[in-house]
Amino acid sequence: MADMYGKGLLKGLGVTLKHFMNTYLEDIRWLSRGKRRYYTAEGIDSRKSFAATGIFTVQYPDEKLPVPEEFRFIPFLIYEVNEDGEKRDRCTSCGICAKVCPPQCIWIERTNDPDTGRPVPEPAEFFIDVDICMNCGLCAEYCPFDAIKMDHDYEISVYNRLEKNIFNKERLSRPVSYYASIRPTNYAREESARAEAEAAKAARKAARKKQ
Amino acid sequence: MSEEVLVEEKTELEERFPEIGRDERKGYEGYIVPAEKLVEFATVLRDEFGYDFLSSVTAVDYLPEDWMEVVYHAYQTTGGPGLVYKVQVDRDDPVVPSLTPVFPGANLQEREAWDLMGIRFEDHPNLKRVLLWEGFDGHPLRKDWREAFYEGDGKPFKSRWPSGEVIRAEENNPFNKNVDYPGGFDPEQWTPAGETAVYAGVGRLDHAVSETALSTDQIVVNLGPQHPSTHGVFRMVVRLEGETVVDLEPVMGYLHRNHEKIGERNTFLMNIPFTDRLDYFNSMSNNFGYVLTVEKLMGVKPPERAEYIRVMMAELTRILNHMVAIGFLLNDLGAFFTPLLYAFEERELILDIFEAVSGSRMMCNYYRFAGVARDLPEGVFEQVKNLVLYRLPGKVNDLDTFLTDNEIIRARAIGIGVLTAEEAIAHSAVGPVLRASGVPYDVRRADPYGIYDRFDFDVAVRYHGDIYDRYLIRLDEMRQSIRILEQVIQDIPEGPIQEGKPQYQVRVPAGEAYGRVEGPKGELGFYVVSNGKPNPWRYHVRAPSFINLSALEVMCKNYKIADVVSILGSIDIVLGETDR
Repeated sequence: MADMYGKGLLKGLGVTLKHFMNTYLEDIRWLSRGKRRYYTAEGIDSRKSFAATGIFTVQYPDEKLPVPEEFRFIPFLIYEVNEDGEKRDRCTSCGICAKVCPPQCIWIERTNDPDTGRPVPEPAEFFIDVDICMNCGLCAEYCPFDAIKMDHDYEISVYNRLEKNIFNKERLSRPVSYYASIRPTNYAREESARAEAEAAKAARKAARKKQ
Repeated sequence: MSEEVLVEEKTELEERFPEIGRDERKGYEGYIVPAEKLVEFATVLRDEFGYDFLSSVTAVDYLPEDWMEVVYHAYQTTGGPGLVYKVQVDRDDPVVPSLTPVFPGANLQEREAWDLMGIRFEDHPNLKRVLLWEGFDGHPLRKDWREAFYEGDGKPFKSRWPSGEVIRAEENNPFNKNVDYPGGFDPEQWTPAGETAVYAGVGRLDHAVSETALSTDQIVVNLGPQHPSTHGVFRMVVRLEGETVVDLEPVMGYLHRNHEKIGERNTFLMNIPFTDRLDYFNSMSNNFGYVLTVEKLMGVKPPERAEYIRVMMAELTRILNHMVAIGFLLNDLGAFFTPLLYAFEERELILDIFEAVSGSRMMCNYYRFAGVARDLPEGVFEQVKNLVLYRLPGKVNDLDTFLTDNEIIRARAIGIGVLTAEEAIAHSAVGPVLRASGVPYDVRRADPYGIYDRFDFDVAVRYHGDIYDRYLIRLDEMRQSIRILEQVIQDIPEGPIQEGKPQYQVRVPAGEAYGRVEGPKGELGFYVVSNGKPNPWRYHVRAPSFINLSALEVMCKNYKIADVVSILGSIDIVLGETDR
């Protein structure tokens, strides 16, 4: 039991005092090392590490927290560019993303061959209503062609949602290099898996030829 | 051998009640009780068989079979598996005797079943709508009820592919034309009769609160819905005599979106991100509960590594939630924002981990059937280890030093809002509220799920049942969570994180399942009925924040009005889950 009335209060105030002092001690420590604690990537890192003491606020939008690789916000479509500068969508308009989407915010219009009427594996149009999209990432997770991925750009507010917030194929498309830049580990893993699958396919073909 | 024992145990109950029958549908369990025997059956079950804890009351509309079922899940507070019993009623005139006189915890749940399913509970003391407004037409969880934005009975909707043309939902349903009113109903002329009913419901005391108190008139005061102390849009109608609370009634539903109807339109997989939005502080443990329930139906289990990752995330969530809960409780006590922001610092670090593994801070959507979405990315395990081993224990102690001995907190919290063990059990209180009242009931220990039977931890329990104990128990539980996390960090194996191939259309055999986890706020249950189709036939959430509120009246009576705010804070509700 507390023997003196107010002792508990003082003990608690000690904690706030420590927290207050730590902020300035930390600042002095950074100064003495000749580094800046604010508005630098290093400083932000230190404020979000497990060893952080003192103030931990990040002054958005002057400072921004780096997002981890898995961060997900609004999907985008990947296209590849070949040597001639020709763009090719990875999307085959198979419709799995539209089927798996929980709020059903994906609309795909499939291309049909004008001569035969058969479906061609590329989308004629691709819409995402980003007002409805809940950023769950299921479309990216279950896409068998790695054609739809989640973006890192979270600053997409607009003044007119009715006009601007239905993204079409043009608005959604990004080159594969952009994907490789925001998700390097995922990209490397998928590419190596693809290369492996292709090598296995080639090996199977070669084996069949031998027979 | 074990089957024999099971049969014998059942006959004991069946001998006592020859009228009851076993539910013999494939994939179903429990007893079918005739409506007229229900109250007697539940009372005997409670008094003689030890099933003193009524966990969940819900209803299912079996439209093709043309009946409705009220489903009860009862448990023993000493632990062990539960017992399911059901009452089948006619769809056109569904009347069931109310269990509220036996289990006061059924109060809000029966009102919910009336509100959403239209089942009338005879002898219910206060049977009126709880989540919807009084002028609402129909009972939306009935299978033949259609919402204003109705597009189809189940997702995926046909119009998306292969010739999808985007139509905004609000274009089909322009504002002001998107509601159906009952015949002859004019919203301009309508006066809410429900309000008078609410005010009449908070009973007048016909004698003075105490002999020494001044005799004053009793007044009714609305606390909320727009008030920061209610943690969201929640209202408490309070009848006061002077400053003393004479009666109280919680009014909720301001954030209602019929999560369960949405869930029944969704496929099984689509529901996972929706569970994130229930209790948005604890999306990881919400995912856990839902995934566990559907896994029960599917008969699958995740691989070892996934089990460990699941426990890791669930326990981090518990620490996060309790930190914030204590912070908000201190806000309610008047320690404005300093403790809360100290707690937010730790929350921020835990959310960084969630963001790195799942891609989102709060809406994690991380658990999958028979696994988790992805393995821990590089560096995250180190992050968890550093946090759990080197930071959190010290921070919990800091919080302890900061607050526990504080004389103001002690004066405001000790002996206030007392809930006895008997009351807590009767009101189906769960989680820290139940355990602070001296009932050591924790689903992780009482009915272990996942791999919780492997870990060495204590069920935290406190005995006074007041605000102070509900604060202390959260400190205790954080320490136990850290203990579990230490063991997880030590034992976590390498290996796959998903059993079989990830599937976007899971096959769920017909049947029912009730899965529950010990969420940070208490027992979080999911009741799922499948008919073998891609969408669940029934999807019900047993929300701890909602059901814990049935005990609010008992906790607040005879305390001062300023205490109501802190008592509510000590229950720790989240309106996303309360209103669903």
